[in-house]
Amino acid sequence: MATAVSAVAILSILLLLIYFCLPLFTWDRLSQVLSWHWQPVAGKFGILPMCAGSLAISILALALAFPPAIGICTLVHVLSRGLIARFLLILVHFMTSIPTVILGFVSVFVLVPLLREWHTAGTGFSLITAALTLSVLILPTIVLVFHARLERLDPLLRLSAEAMGFTPIQQMRYVLLPAASRDLVVAAVLGFGRAIGDTLISLMLAGNAAQFPGSFFASIRTLTAHIALVLATDSQSMAYQSVFASGLLLFLLMGAFTFILQKSAQKTGDRYREKDF
Amino acid sequence: MKSFYRSFGAFCFTTLVMLSVVGPENVSATSLDSFTGLEGTIAIAGGTAHIPVMNDAAKAIMTAHPKIRITIEGGGSGIGVQKVGEGLVEIGNTGRPLSEAEIAKYGLKSFPFALDGVAVVIHPENSISGLTSQQVRDIFSGSVLNWKDVGGKDAAIHLFTRDEASGTREVFWEKLLNKGTIATAANVVASNGAMKVAVSQDKDAIGYAGIGHVDNSVKAVVLNGVAASQENAMNGSYPVVRKLYMNTKGEPSKLVKAFIDYILSPEGTALSLKYGYLPLK
Repeated sequence: MATAVSAVAILSILLLLIYFCLPLFTWDRLSQVLSWHWQPVAGKFGILPMCAGSLAISILALALAFPPAIGICTLVHVLSRGLIARFLLILVHFMTSIPTVILGFVSVFVLVPLLREWHTAGTGFSLITAALTLSVLILPTIVLVFHARLERLDPLLRLSAEAMGFTPIQQMRYVLLPAASRDLVVAAVLGFGRAIGDTLISLMLAGNAAQFPGSFFASIRTLTAHIALVLATDSQSMAYQSVFASGLLLFLLMGAFTFILQKSAQKTGDRYREKDF
Repeated sequence: MKSFYRSFGAFCFTTLVMLSVVGPENVSATSLDSFTGLEGTIAIAGGTAHIPVMNDAAKAIMTAHPKIRITIEGGGSGIGVQKVGEGLVEIGNTGRPLSEAEIAKYGLKSFPFALDGVAVVIHPENSISGLTSQQVRDIFSGSVLNWKDVGGKDAAIHLFTRDEASGTREVFWEKLLNKGTIATAANVVASNGAMKVAVSQDKDAIGYAGIGHVDNSVKAVVLNGVAASQENAMNGSYPVVRKLYMNTKGEPSKLVKAFIDYILSPEGTALSLKYGYLPLK
């Protein structure tokens, strides 16, 4: 029943977005929106730079957050099971409760000047600033999802590996991670979803210049920040309609990424099944 | 029993909070008498520049006439137009004149009530004190990239501009940039406040903000020898000015008309002045 409700909700959001985008589905308007230049005063309404910006920031944030997340899971699950593990988990739980706007706000006053001094050609508001803060945001999501899965794995796996003489790290690397590979993908997808859907951090930190991400220190704009910035504009203009196209594109991007990851995970296979007694 | 104590405590707390917020006000102003006998709600939304003025006016009116309720939100000029056009609010504030399409679609009436100037702002420690219009245009279009080309130190210029929905940006673009381009690599910030934060933190930054928002954290650039002050905006020597408008759908109702008249009255004008805007006359 609950699945039906969520499925219907998602489908109706998609249909609503398509309905609002219908005025755009004439050939020249579509080519206007799917172009590389956003300059409303010159009549250019291309949202592709924002699309590239969204992808760049999410993939970078995921790349920055994923290794530490696996490291934390290893530490908690395999290396130290006592107080340190519990403390780390509590810390990670606490991190999930920090509002996004607080993270963004603190980064503006702390991270931005740091990056501005480090890379003097930039203003401090850039792709890397936003990706760093975003990785802090998605780290708890990945850790908690993966940790929950590790806890549910058959304890016999670990015991057998221990009996065969694997060190804890070897157990994690050769036995537990392959067994939970499906859930690595799930955790990554959830983290990616959170990253690509986040508005405030990229709005406050990424600089919001509507250009293709040329370097890590370039100012970029994501689809979500773009929607936030343009939403208050003249509702009769073409710029406003591009907002709906951005929403639809975001929706489709997320779906495509999920789909690709799921397919590649299935290929690596489900060799280690959970044993039910 | 426990839930009784809890709700009683909540009631006491709320009353205390409300009493501390609605302090004793000097409500002997005579324009408030025009509200006698009227009651109802006025919902206001739109440009963020108007909010401080509207807030003070609303507080004065609501204290003197408790039967009137006034709510104020921001959202930007575009949101103001949309909300008043769709009938969600009674007054939509804009920091720009309405477009033909907007008037045609919604049938709105405009009531300008104040003048706001837009100043070019830089970091207080920037050695530059004045720029010409052409220099500003070159900087914002991206043809001049270094402060030393306009007489400052050897450092890259960090550009900050406002989002598309901003009335401040529209005025700056029309009146100072003469509708020229703004460089694609410019950082976009979402409000006057965010602009101040960005510029006050970065020694090489340049941006623009409403004159009423300029304070000690940023420095207003002297444009073509004319300082960006309220006096100059008023006597016409500073060219980059815009009007602040209140818009209603069709003719305003009695209560809304009373509010509009209050804003245009001497008390309302004093409020505008207090927040850095200028009366129309």
